[in-house]
Amino acid sequence: MNTVLDMYRILPEVILTITGVLVMLVDASLAPFRSRRPLGWVAASGTTAAYAASIWQLSLPVGTGFSGTVETSPFTVFFHVLICGIVIVTLLLSLDTLPEDSHHQGEYYALMVFGAVGMCLLTSAVELLVVFIGLEISSISTYILAGYRKQTGKGPEAAIKYFLLGSFATAFLLYGIALVFGATGTTQVYEIARNVSSAPNQVLVNAALGMMLVGILFKVSAAPFHIWTPDVYEGAPSPVVALMSTAPKAAAFAFLLRIVYEMFPTLRSVWAPVLWIVAVLSMTVGNLAALRQQNVKRMLAYSAIAHAGYLLAAFAGFGSTGISAASFYIAAYAAMNVGIFAVITIAGGYGDERPLVQDYKGLLHRSPLLGSLLIFFLVSLIGIPFTGGFFGKFYSFSAAVGGGAVILAIIGLMNSGLAAAYYLRFALAAAQRSAEDEEASRMPSMQVGIAVGAALLLATAATLALGIVPGGTLRATEAGAHTLQAPPAASVVPADITATRANQ
Amino acid sequence: MDSTILTLILLVPLAGALVVALLPDRGKLPAWLALITTLATFVLTWHLPAHFNSSQSGFQFVVNRQWIESPAIYYHIGVDGLSLWLVVLVGLLGPVGVLASWNSITRRRKVFYSLFLVQQTAMYGVFISLDLMVYYGFWELSLVPMAILIAMYGRKDGQKAAMKFFLFTFIPSAPLLVAILYLYARTGTFNFSELRILVAAGSVPTDAAFWVALAFLFAFAVKVPVFPLHGWLADTFGEAPVAMAMVVAGKLGLYSMLRFHIGLFPVQAHAIAPLLIALAVIGILYGACLALVQRDFWRFLAFAALSHLSLITLGIYGFTFTGWSGAAFQILNNELIDAALFVLFGALEIRYATSEIAAYGGMANRTPRLATIFVVVSLAMIGLPLLNGFVGEFLILSSTFAGVNHGWATVATLGVILSAAYMLWLVQRVFYGQESRMAAAEPPNDLHLGEQLVLWPLAVLMLIMGVSPNLWLQSIETAPKPLVLQQARAASSIAQPDAVPVVSAGEVQR
Repeated sequence: MNTVLDMYRILPEVILTITGVLVMLVDASLAPFRSRRPLGWVAASGTTAAYAASIWQLSLPVGTGFSGTVETSPFTVFFHVLICGIVIVTLLLSLDTLPEDSHHQGEYYALMVFGAVGMCLLTSAVELLVVFIGLEISSISTYILAGYRKQTGKGPEAAIKYFLLGSFATAFLLYGIALVFGATGTTQVYEIARNVSSAPNQVLVNAALGMMLVGILFKVSAAPFHIWTPDVYEGAPSPVVALMSTAPKAAAFAFLLRIVYEMFPTLRSVWAPVLWIVAVLSMTVGNLAALRQQNVKRMLAYSAIAHAGYLLAAFAGFGSTGISAASFYIAAYAAMNVGIFAVITIAGGYGDERPLVQDYKGLLHRSPLLGSLLIFFLVSLIGIPFTGGFFGKFYSFSAAVGGGAVILAIIGLMNSGLAAAYYLRFALAAAQRSAEDEEASRMPSMQVGIAVGAALLLATAATLALGIVPGGTLRATEAGAHTLQAPPAASVVPADITATRANQ
Repeated sequence: MDSTILTLILLVPLAGALVVALLPDRGKLPAWLALITTLATFVLTWHLPAHFNSSQSGFQFVVNRQWIESPAIYYHIGVDGLSLWLVVLVGLLGPVGVLASWNSITRRRKVFYSLFLVQQTAMYGVFISLDLMVYYGFWELSLVPMAILIAMYGRKDGQKAAMKFFLFTFIPSAPLLVAILYLYARTGTFNFSELRILVAAGSVPTDAAFWVALAFLFAFAVKVPVFPLHGWLADTFGEAPVAMAMVVAGKLGLYSMLRFHIGLFPVQAHAIAPLLIALAVIGILYGACLALVQRDFWRFLAFAALSHLSLITLGIYGFTFTGWSGAAFQILNNELIDAALFVLFGALEIRYATSEIAAYGGMANRTPRLATIFVVVSLAMIGLPLLNGFVGEFLILSSTFAGVNHGWATVATLGVILSAAYMLWLVQRVFYGQESRMAAAEPPNDLHLGEQLVLWPLAVLMLIMGVSPNLWLQSIETAPKPLVLQQARAASSIAQPDAVPVVSAGEVQR
């Protein structure tokens, strides 16, 4: 076993862990009255290093390390880059918006970085137990972050709700892992894929698949496992929502892709209809509920459910088309959703001073920059061409049509018409002039700090780039799709596995 | 130059929008910038007719570069006889729109003009895209600035009208996108010319082609609008700023019908044509009757437009060459006339701050120049010979009479008579008769130089288009049709022998 190469395979995770530990140590050694802001910069630079390390990993030979538990491939690199990118933007966003006097700022930054470790591990793990560890690391960090505003009533409520329901879902996943071990005698993803069709008890396999789907669909807030979403989004601080509505979801979707396309491709006839139904349910339930929301964050929570549905439509596509469409959608959704939460964070502040849609009336006139960015991200969420949201939907639904699910595509696009209503309501509220507008325009416009400005710029650039020149990202997702479709040569893996087994 | 001109036309307004957005919102600076940009683009569009080879059928000034590898989306643009003049028309309406907003838009000029310029780019894009995805992109893009501006500058309840407009036009484009994706899944291309051949060769199964064609038609019919899908029109006309309202209806949808519905699915379009003919004739009469009873002149204009747009729809679905040429020509006329009417009504509204027809009366004494131009434009709209409206209406109605059915043609002609009735009655109520109290209370305030600068050229153009329509029809008739014709003939010889297109053998060979 090549230890150095193994370490290279988890280099981003290692860098992130070191950064997190460093942030916590420095936090503990700083005098209580000192500003914790530099810690945020440390965290951001560490994450940037991890980002660079992930890209560098492309030069490694595709394959697994640590006895076949962790994989490096274009697929994992794509998701590493995406997750690190999201974390960088949300860290920048938090830097300027967290109040100076809030408690435990150091832990806040550290938790974000630790969360990133878990998510990255989740995408690169090809051993179900490591997957579980990754999922837990990321979940626990987000549980705590969700309750970060513990002085408000809604903060702890959000955290506890998220924690209870989340643990329940994780239990399902764990049960699924146990069942799949029972059925196939292994927890290594490629091994399972090989053994699944020869497994003596197919009922067990199907049950395992079902359990794992429940666990993951909860994490991506797909209906009917979506009940937690609005409450948690409402209670958590906006920068945290920007993070948890995108990065953990990206990781969970990456794992879902692994489950269905790498572990159980032979069971397509089982999971495809299930995901079809879940997709339709998610988008319909999400959009119908969002229509009635007045609270911005609750509305966006339901919109997140709907977007999970659009994304699941891609799973109707065959093989690499489906995988690359889903991956692209995750990236596009992350870019625009982080962007819109960045705008909401700046406009509403840390304490959510603007909870309702009508509070945004005249934003375009008070602060033209913020207002136009808000409208831009909403336009992208609607799915208007030349934005990332459009190509996301486009690839997702064309994968569905290519996979023969024309009805699903029609339902999906009808849904995006429905969704346009509430996004537009929000956008038009920002464009409308309000009564106190005139004097408000004489007030100094909202201050945008350097870090927040960088965050906004990154999110905008990403959303635009995905809408105008999606070629590069698409090539990356397709490369990822191919590695997921064709796992590394079989002979390497079992040798490693048997070796570990023997050692135990 | 030939290959870059269309790209330039697309990019100049966009660059202008950026400049407007970046420079400070001080005084009339954004308006001047927008005027310069639109004028420059307008001048650029002249290049097209000047260098258009009208002895040649097919697309010219073509650029075809790969944009995205998979799915194979190409930056594929070009114009033919059908779209050539529409591009110039968009160019002309650019400065007209800016000048029409010169005094009426007094707040937030920066937002207004930058969105206005984005809208220009989107419209150019719709007319020159030959790749279905690029086309769809511009089609959707054109909705956004419109909706935002309606919400921002609505007269009473802009937000509601904006929502209505957006949803009415966005929801039908969902099936359109699915249809486009389905075509791609079947044929592997978004290229219009290739698709035309592939669809004709039967790469799309017949029953699927029916639904795909229907999805296309539905999206376009809402945008035109065709009766009974016109629910958004009156509210949008009533609320939208003048410069936006004058471009919202008609040309995008009608052009798309000719190009993509009939162009790609001639057989399916021919099969559904009887329904469209019936709806068009109903629309002509319905719009005219409602226009007669409107109290507000924006709503009046909306129903008048519905009536006239339905007439063009009739020309398109009559499936005759004459009808198509007439329709393509009438789209230009209709847009010009509507633009002029919008400017005129806008001028009245800015002076008297009301759009209620009954509040006006005897304006001819107060504003003689305005009244003169209004009468000229009204006569063009009614279809008086020597003015442009006559040529288009004549071509459409005569083709309907000869190529479709005498009954429909007769009823449609009735609509033309009604249009004279409501238009002249309006002129009489607003400009002649007893001077109203409101008109008497205000000092006379005729058209000022800027407004005349917009209106006189439009009026003169109407006259030129009426006297020598061949300048336009000549190139319009080069729009590619042979493929369409063969198929429509094949279909009609089986299904409806009485609806054979009126074409001579000479035209077929050309």
